[in-house]
Parts: sequence; structure tokens; C-alpha cells
Amino acid sequence: MTARVGVVVFPGTNCEHDVVRSVRSVGAEAELVWGGQSQLGAVDAVVIPGGFAHGDYLRPGAIARISPIMAAVAAFAAEGGPVVGICNGFQVLTEAGLLPGALQRNAGLRFLCDTVSVTVCSDSSVLTRGAEPGSQLQLPVNHYEGRYVADVDTVRRLREEDRVVLRYVSNPNGSVDDIAGVTSEGRNVVGLMPHPERACDALLGSTDGAVLLRSLVDSELAG
Amino acid sequence: MTFEAVVEVRLKAGVADPEGATIHVALCQLGMEQVREVHGGRMFRLSIDADDPETARRIATTAASGLLANPVLEDYTVEVSDRSSGGVAAEHGVVPQIRP
Repeated sequence: MTARVGVVVFPGTNCEHDVVRSVRSVGAEAELVWGGQSQLGAVDAVVIPGGFAHGDYLRPGAIARISPIMAAVAAFAAEGGPVVGICNGFQVLTEAGLLPGALQRNAGLRFLCDTVSVTVCSDSSVLTRGAEPGSQLQLPVNHYEGRYVADVDTVRRLREEDRVVLRYVSNPNGSVDDIAGVTSEGRNVVGLMPHPERACDALLGSTDGAVLLRSLVDSELAG
Repeated sequence: MTFEAVVEVRLKAGVADPEGATIHVALCQLGMEQVREVHGGRMFRLSIDADDPETARRIATTAASGLLANPVLEDYTVEVSDRSSGGVAAEHGVVPQIRP
């Protein structure tokens, strides 16, 4: 059966169509879900894409996380449903408490727009279960507030529980422990700063993002 | 009655503050080497309808902990004044409200 992915749209989200297109390119169906709705509908996975939800007012993700749809996303995640936050979506998930830690302004106080190498550190999450641990992916980053931070205990727990799913090869933003992506205790919620949806077509310079999105939508990988 | 609450949000001690550090360098370049440290923050003014200052502060504190500050990174203080008297209510001065 073809997986159906709900792609959440807030006012100011701007990567939703890239996510829809890339999800379709790996063989799944995708539909946009408005943040003002209180129901997700019949979806098998949820992606919160990048952008500037609610203008990043207050803090990135701070307003979006109290949108009506987020209660449905939290309930979906609590039942084990796969939820992925990319860039601004990652910020929304940390603000919502669905992932630990927070994202602060980059260490160099520069907006980063580049392609970076990340290492797959764990294949235990819904986004990396089809990827080879230790392999490197070339993925675009595009953020000002992408420095992942968490307290010492949280970082240690993430390490011990194999919940750091992606690390930067050359840390571009000062993230603690080179963390580019983390997953929840249940491995079904994942947040990452790089944009896999922008690396699913050779025309765009890399197809390394496809293995991640395929992991998300391939029900055989779900076991 | 209407009270004014001032909520100040700042980074917790020990959280890296590249913006504060950058401003510090700029101040030193302007000749103010006496400035030892700079830390930024944000201030919010809330006008709150409440029967008494305690209630106003409770509402402002809920706003601070539930939305205005990110408890992972930030602390906040709440200061409540009676708008009609124009000053900070003496017994309700600056009260540090650190999230538990």
C-alpha cells in the first residue's frame, strides 16, 4: 500500500511543495495539511517542513507549536506515528516538547546556505532506518537558528540511547556534539536541520536525501 | 483594575550568547574597554486586567513560563505595577521567577 504523508503548512512555511514533490519522487502520496486544522486526516506519516512559521515571531516555532494541528500531531506521535521536522519544522518540534533541546542562533551569527556532509549515526529512527550507519550524505542547510543545544544530561542520554541520528562532518553552526538530527525515545519523531527534500534530484546536485525520505515512507522498512 | 507586568527574558547562565559577545567586542572597539560583559535579552510589557497584583503576577508568570521564555534556554523575571498609581507596588517589586 502506498504511504500517505501529511505535510503541515503554517503561515510562513515555504518548503512544503519541495517536500510534497520529493515524497512523491520516492513513491508515496503527499497532501498539504493546514496548521489551523485540528485533524490530520488519514495519513501514515507527518512532515513539518522548513520556512518561517508565523514569521519566527517570538522564537522560531514558538507560535506554531500552539497551532490547532499540533495537538493532532502530538497525539499521532504518541501513538507511534512517524513525524519528521525539517529545519523550521525541527524548531517547531523542540518548542512543542516532542523532541528535547532547542535551536539557537548559529555560533558565527551568520545565516548558513550551503551543502554539508552529515554522517548517519543511527539507523534506529523512522528517517534513517534505510540508511547505512557510518555513511555520509551531502545535504543542503539553510538556517540562521540551527545550533542544536541541550543540557549535559540530555546530550549524554541522547548518546547513550542511540538517538543522535545525524552528525555534521564539519560542524557549521556550533551545534553541541556536532548534532544535525535527533530522534525521540520511540524513534518515531525525528528533527533535523539539513533539507533532505532538496537533495532528491540529480539536477539539484545531490540525491542523498532520497534514502531518508524513502525510509520514512517505505512500509517494508517499518517492519 | 489594570496592571502592567514587565517580563524580562534572558539566557540562562552558562548558555552561549554569541550576540552578547559580539556586542561586547563592538563596545570595546568604540573605546569602552571598561565593559566587562554584555548579555542581551527581551522585554515584554503586558497590560493585565485583574482584581489584585498577585493575580496579575500569576497571569504574567504563566505567560512567561508557557510562551514568552523557552525553559530549555531562558530564565525570566516578572515585575508588576499598578498602572493607576504609576509605580511599582512596593510589596510586589522585582521578584525573580525562575521556572522550577
